[in-house]
Amino acid sequence: MPKSGFARNMSEVMKIAEAIGFPIIIRASFTLGGTGSGVAYNREELLEIAKSGLDASMISEVMIEESVLGWKEYELEVMRDKADNVVIICSIENFDAMGVHTGESITVAPAQTLTDREYQIMRDAAIAIMREIGVETGGSNVQFAIHPQTGEMIVVEMNPRVSRSSALASKATGFPIAKIAAKLAVGYTLDEIPNDITRETMASFEPTIDYCVVKIPRWTFEKFPETEDFLTTSMKSVGETMAIGRTFKESLQKAIRSLEIGRFGFGQEMPADPQERKSLLKSKLVKPNSLRLFYIGAALQDGMTVDDVYDITKVDPWFLHQIKDILDAEEELKRSEPSTELLRAAKEMGFSDRSLGALWNKTEQEIRDWRGKEKILPVYKLVDTCAAEFEAYTPYYYSTYETENESRPSSKKKVAIIGGGPNRIGQGIEFDYCCVHASFALREEGVESIMINSNPETVSTDYDTSDKLFFEPVTLEDVLHIIQTEKPDGVIVQFGGQTPLNLARGLEAAGVPIIGTSPAAIDRAENRDLFQEIVHKLNLNQPDNDTAMDVEQALVISDGQTTVVAGIMEHIEEAGIHSGDSACILPPLTLSQSVLDLIEEQTKMLARELNVIGLMNIQYAIKDGTLYVLEVNPRASRTVPFVSKAIGVPLAKLATKVMLGKSLQELGFTKTIKPAHVSVKEAVFPFNRFPEVDILLGPEMKSTGEVMGIDQSFGLAFAKSQMAAGFKVLTSGSVFISVHDDHKDRITDVARTFEKLGFKILATAGTAGHLSSHGIEATVVNKVSEGRPHIIDYIKNGDIQMVINTSVGRKSSRDAYLHEDAARVTFFGLFALQHRGQESAGIVVSDGCNVFEHKGMGLASGVFKESILQKLTGSLAIGHVRYSTTGSSTISNAQPFLVHVGEEYYALGHNGNIVNAQSLRSELESRGSIFQSTMDSEVIIHLMAPHLKRGLEKALSIALQQVEGAYSMVMLTRDKIIAARDPRGFRPLALGRVKSSSSMRKVIKV
Amino acid sequence: MESAGIHLEGFIVKEYQPNPSNWRMKKSLKAFLEEKGKIGLEGIDTRALTRRLRLSGSMKGIISTESKNIDELLEKVRAYPGLVGRDLVREVSCQRPYLWKNGAPSPEKIPDKKQALKPRVVVMDCGVKYNILRLLENNDCEVVIVPSFATGDEILSYQPDGVLLSNGPGDPAALPYIVNTAKEVMSKTCVFGICLGHQIIGQAIGGYTEKLKFGHHGINQPVKNLETGRVEITSQNHGFVVVPESVESKADKSYTNLNDATSEGMKLGPTMSVQYHPEAAPGPHDTEYLFTQFVEFIKKEKVKTK
Repeated sequence: MPKSGFARNMSEVMKIAEAIGFPIIIRASFTLGGTGSGVAYNREELLEIAKSGLDASMISEVMIEESVLGWKEYELEVMRDKADNVVIICSIENFDAMGVHTGESITVAPAQTLTDREYQIMRDAAIAIMREIGVETGGSNVQFAIHPQTGEMIVVEMNPRVSRSSALASKATGFPIAKIAAKLAVGYTLDEIPNDITRETMASFEPTIDYCVVKIPRWTFEKFPETEDFLTTSMKSVGETMAIGRTFKESLQKAIRSLEIGRFGFGQEMPADPQERKSLLKSKLVKPNSLRLFYIGAALQDGMTVDDVYDITKVDPWFLHQIKDILDAEEELKRSEPSTELLRAAKEMGFSDRSLGALWNKTEQEIRDWRGKEKILPVYKLVDTCAAEFEAYTPYYYSTYETENESRPSSKKKVAIIGGGPNRIGQGIEFDYCCVHASFALREEGVESIMINSNPETVSTDYDTSDKLFFEPVTLEDVLHIIQTEKPDGVIVQFGGQTPLNLARGLEAAGVPIIGTSPAAIDRAENRDLFQEIVHKLNLNQPDNDTAMDVEQALVISDGQTTVVAGIMEHIEEAGIHSGDSACILPPLTLSQSVLDLIEEQTKMLARELNVIGLMNIQYAIKDGTLYVLEVNPRASRTVPFVSKAIGVPLAKLATKVMLGKSLQELGFTKTIKPAHVSVKEAVFPFNRFPEVDILLGPEMKSTGEVMGIDQSFGLAFAKSQMAAGFKVLTSGSVFISVHDDHKDRITDVARTFEKLGFKILATAGTAGHLSSHGIEATVVNKVSEGRPHIIDYIKNGDIQMVINTSVGRKSSRDAYLHEDAARVTFFGLFALQHRGQESAGIVVSDGCNVFEHKGMGLASGVFKESILQKLTGSLAIGHVRYSTTGSSTISNAQPFLVHVGEEYYALGHNGNIVNAQSLRSELESRGSIFQSTMDSEVIIHLMAPHLKRGLEKALSIALQQVEGAYSMVMLTRDKIIAARDPRGFRPLALGRVKSSSSMRKVIKV
Repeated sequence: MESAGIHLEGFIVKEYQPNPSNWRMKKSLKAFLEEKGKIGLEGIDTRALTRRLRLSGSMKGIISTESKNIDELLEKVRAYPGLVGRDLVREVSCQRPYLWKNGAPSPEKIPDKKQALKPRVVVMDCGVKYNILRLLENNDCEVVIVPSFATGDEILSYQPDGVLLSNGPGDPAALPYIVNTAKEVMSKTCVFGICLGHQIIGQAIGGYTEKLKFGHHGINQPVKNLETGRVEITSQNHGFVVVPESVESKADKSYTNLNDATSEGMKLGPTMSVQYHPEAAPGPHDTEYLFTQFVEFIKKEKVKTK
């Protein structure tokens, strides 16, 4: 039961609210239709809603209640025209309960667990809201939360615009919301706009769905290992996939294999130990995460009941039963002899050939052949907005295992284009752009275009982009079925990115006619070993390592005879940064004509060697005048839209026509275009969604999109690209400069320019000295280790607007980076190490200036509460958990042991036994040392003390030479951590590594 | 529930859900059908079935658990009389008058004297949906229900302020006795026809009806309110329609169907009728206002006659 209380005045409201914590629901007692009720996320909203609630209530009473987490979540897509006609396009039910952003939720259309009664109340509310908000024309969505046991309904949110959900609803129903919204905006009314699909009916009706649609978001947590895979009300997914089937079970299974995460059905690897399994399941079910669907499956398989899983996840039992049905069927299949009846039933339930093969110990191919023989093949049904009530003219299909096939293969010449599946990092809308242009080109050539894709966010899955649309998983099984039904004259695999390329060999083996550059040639270029051979054969260069080189990309088009370099892009970032993350310029800014000629020559050689028919992208690096080949991709690449837009030539269209057999000569594109303007591409990153992530770029792509700036000069084009990417281009303020010695010469002009533009310059002592010797005035700012106020203080106070900081290479930039929440990371380590016998725990942390410590008796989890961890600020930390073998169990013996000697702090954490500790101790005491504890570790500090002026490492080394035993230890000072171990020492146990923090580079061996 | 029993013969779904989940659920569909002795069928390609009906028009069908002999079943289907020309209303109508009170049929005797302030509406039950009665009561009416075979005099003996001709099954052309009753009451009091009631009124003013190829079924039928120009989404379930031309000069057209331009509503003096179901249940509430409109109209007429 949620926490709640009744209040009759504002002071009672505040008192109850304080006890519950935000977000809070306020409900007015005895009102109709939820007047005076609402959700407050902060004090201000609470005051406002509670006041109106008290006013609205007939007995001046409001109920203050805990948030709606765990309620069922629904969404309605609504349209209104200027004549006040309002229609509902689609109802969507979230698989995940309230608390997970709807963009992060698995969603289902139409709503599955509402009766007409609730649905109509929701519909009335949505319409009333449209009128109240005053959405004059266009689409909106309204989100509702419904209490699973009482049916109480709350409006959660309303977006008076088309949204991500509208795109999904459009694809789910066949009702093109944005298109109709545009017509409504120019004054049409819903009853004047014909429905493209039926032609007979008007846009003023409400679509009916006779199938089930499932959307699953696509996450890329693997690209951000620092981020916890945990879903909240903030969106972290980068794409989504949608699947259509006749039943939820079928659609869900299709959606799973559409995700392209290597899964073809349920099944989650679980630990063998039942206890481990239980605790893993519990944690994975409680906290929503990208794989929760699969953990739910694992939990049900592991014997948890639907009710158990519901209690933990709040995923409606209806969905859980559906999953259980699939898993039960899976069990039955596993247990039974394969039979055609079972095979048919399994296919109707959405099982993939791959899954069935795994269950029956057969290959995917064997299952497919068997089905072919038994004629267990899918049929294609239409998405027609009207559940077959009217004839549909738009050929928008999905597959299912039913009795009637509605597909109408034509006798025209036709080509199928295989799309890219869900957006993810590395494969975004650039590839969809290419597929869409391919479709347009086919139309221009009078060839029927057939699109196959599973991504609802794209133009390729608009029903009017291609002559035929198959909204299907892009897997070999599903694609082959379409090809066998439609029998296209050619299939294009080189435009949709890796997704279709991964299918190319399988399609070829099945006799599918692939047009353009052959899959074998693509393999040759993209397989490291095979490519090496080409490099040797053509006498090209490949670099040994690719750091600190300038990178260029060339995009070319070839018809097999003629090859034209469409554009050469110069990267702004040096090699080592993924090309997708790098900004680039077209035409190149600094390359000499001879280099450009060389690029053109080698590019043409490669095109000829690979017999490229279509597009090819090559990455080159240049160092000391030598050209190196980094990578060759003889297919559409991320750069196609950028180059096409920079040079004003639709390259993907031309490439499609080339694949159809036209020559570049015929198409009139035979020479490189040298645009008079400059185009700059800049990558856009999702770092604001992943605050834990190191923003340093590297070979792993992290950007999720890109922008382009065009102008007459590089500077303006670059500035535009930065503005487009959301960076504020500074025109005044302070610039902090701190560069590596090797870069000091090159920074002079940069600093001078900033000075001329009126910027104030701050710098570290070294850099400031260099600048002042060149007549540039710079204010000296302390490094973190030089005392306060230091650079971080300046940045935090907003005194610095821009930082120019260089280091050499990637390694040192990472090492220069300390973990900003060191105490917490240390705590995790301690937590992992604690055990029952433990008596105390401690952490010492340094922020470079101040050193903080916290120690306490008891288990690590008891000693370090959140409030404590928040106070332990700093970027260096050591910690210790103690269970005593020597010394008594008192707080004074808790480690790390922190002492203050002169200007410095020394904290020591130590493990093991020093066998001569007693004798050393007596000796030291006889020399006047006063011990604070009975620990061995303190001995080490006393031994070090006299030698500290010779440097910390030396002092430690001298001290350790006097001790005997088996031990390992860590020592922390204001700006350093040192680790040491005994000469026969064991390796330190690594519990984990946080990528962005420095690793121990030096272990003192004594 | 929308009536005392269920009136379908069989229930077909693509996939039956044995584990429904809704806080309002009391029993499963299977249990309900079993209780009412009706057959349920799953695993049917319902879309293919819909397409067949759309292409070939409504047709008779048979579900059998006893015979697999197609010819034998076909013979049975063919022997079934179908809807055209049959009076199905008599089978579903109540058999004696009753009072509707507090959201349910009431055992109380219908008072001889009606209340002074509450309009009394007599509903001709041709298979009335309870939500019609609920909405009349919600609009502060005293609701009296009479059988479909009640005569004009019987109805008028209740001193109604308004008469509602309810929805009902089958061919409206097979119900001349109801058409006659309608004619008798229309000249004496305010009349509201819903669905079959609309078709009865159409005939009463001299029009005629015809069978649609596959009817209007569903809760997403758009109609245009010709007075306001607004589109309203309605619930519909009928196989016959009033031929628009047959009533063209005889009444004002008030609503038209946006999909096929068939007659959705008429107005003539104190009589109004709609082809769709303003009481919804199931369906959208867009046209629920008609009940309020009807009651307000009755009240105005009452003032006039005083």
